Amino acid sequence: MASTEIMTVNMGPQHPSTHGVLRLVVELDGEVIQKITPHIGYLHRGVEKLSEHRTYHQVLPLTDRLDYLAPMSNNLGYVLAVEKLLGIEIPERAQTVRVILTELTRLKSHLVWIACHALDIGAMTVFIYAFREREKVMQLYEKISGARMTSSYFRVGGLSADVYDGFEKDVQEIIDTFPGHFDTYEGLLTKNTIWMQRTIGNGVISAEDAINYGITGPALRGSGVDWDLRRDNPYSGYEKYNFQVPVGKNCDTYDRYKVRLVEMREAVKIIKQALDSLKPGPVLADAPQVCYPPKEEVYNTIEGLIHHFKIASEGFPVPEGEVYQSVENPKGELGYYIVSDGGTKPYRMRIRPPSFVNLGAIEKMAKGAMIADLVAVIGTLDIVLGEIDR
Amino acid sequence: MTNMAENNRAVIGLKGKFASSLLEIKEFRGEVTVTVKKEDIIAICKYLKEELGYNMLTDVTAVDYYGKAPRFMLVYNLYSIPAKDRIRIKAPVDESDTSIASATCLWNSANFLEREVFDLFGINFTGHPDQRRILMADDWVGHPLRKDYPLQGPDREPYKGRLS
Repeated sequence: MASTEIMTVNMGPQHPSTHGVLRLVVELDGEVIQKITPHIGYLHRGVEKLSEHRTYHQVLPLTDRLDYLAPMSNNLGYVLAVEKLLGIEIPERAQTVRVILTELTRLKSHLVWIACHALDIGAMTVFIYAFREREKVMQLYEKISGARMTSSYFRVGGLSADVYDGFEKDVQEIIDTFPGHFDTYEGLLTKNTIWMQRTIGNGVISAEDAINYGITGPALRGSGVDWDLRRDNPYSGYEKYNFQVPVGKNCDTYDRYKVRLVEMREAVKIIKQALDSLKPGPVLADAPQVCYPPKEEVYNTIEGLIHHFKIASEGFPVPEGEVYQSVENPKGELGYYIVSDGGTKPYRMRIRPPSFVNLGAIEKMAKGAMIADLVAVIGTLDIVLGEIDR
Repeated sequence: MTNMAENNRAVIGLKGKFASSLLEIKEFRGEVTVTVKKEDIIAICKYLKEELGYNMLTDVTAVDYYGKAPRFMLVYNLYSIPAKDRIRIKAPVDESDTSIASATCLWNSANFLEREVFDLFGINFTGHPDQRRILMADDWVGHPLRKDYPLQGPDREPYKGRLS
């Protein structure tokens, strides 16, 4: 028998397939993975520490920068948590617009996933196509909030402003054209022999293990666990919409791919229903101690100016207590655990990042596989380092 | 309000089996929080996981109540996928002995989550298989999320708010 020697290979932090600054130290026996040690923290900005020193409105822009591929979903979790602490009701129009935008965000995030995942495995065409479609959502983001990525469009109490004229038309155009694009991706990948050989049987994790490792989102559903926070613990009026929760069977990368594709189609369905039910109305809660006054008031009346100044400089007090609010992000369960001491800043804000917890299972999923398969496992986990490192 | 906490299935179960280790039961905005003695944390988690079906450890974190005793509060967020409900378990940890048993024997998700609490709060998890820093560099001194750690870094004046 030939003598074998374990070889240690460093992958990252600068590596195109690690989706950011993930560093993996991989121990190999030939090409077979024996051990993976993830090293993270290269992007640590101390968001949780910073938030203890900012008012509740000032924390919101920090949340954009967690999962920077899905900023509006992060905003939603945060504003819902603060609204829960305050115990205020949000107008229906604001809730519906939030649902439309977070589902568009899900499309945007999944488009990056399919683009990068396919590119990592060698299908470059899908990358170009998916980024072309993502641009449509980015342009809508820019029109609505002025920013392509760090939108900060939601506010505690509702939205920063009502949507622009023609918003419905732009959304309609997206939901009319996107299903055709999904067909194109499926045409390029689903029955593609190379794609199937690279993904079927890759990164297998059983339902039991996936729950044990705390995996959430499409990665958990790919392992056959029928669980979606939007359906099972609804928020923002998700209980009103009809949608399917896709689940996989074989617990591998191919099934997770199919789950995410169905999820994109379901997101389009939700947007369609939400758009149909969108009615005119206020977009901010009737809570003057929390919400900024309308700009016309600020510019034209002294009371409005003082009101704005007070909220901008002091913030608003939040009742003492603690809440945990989680939302179904494109990557999994994003949770905010906020402890308030009754002041205008969070006493402690914990962000439960889905990518961080999902990454914990990488060794389980890739051990015993070839090193080239590790790239597919990173792609299927769909991690974002901005959220892992916070 | 307290009615809801009393009717919670986890609270009923814990009252029956671990009555002596329950410190506080609280309900706020529809969420039930049970504070328990840290010595029994693993036994309680094991009971909740195996008997009551709270099969997912969603989150482990800590809160630093600087200036109060006990100083730290460990927070465990459990979720039951079959019953689709949550329970929050808290355990106080004093500054004089910042150690608590690791939940890695029950859930693998505790591995990364507890490493983060160790890194940022300096809580020691006994029985943790791989307790190293995770977000900060290996040679970092101090635990940034503690309240006595200055926002602008070590050896700096405490942050007094924006000057602009």
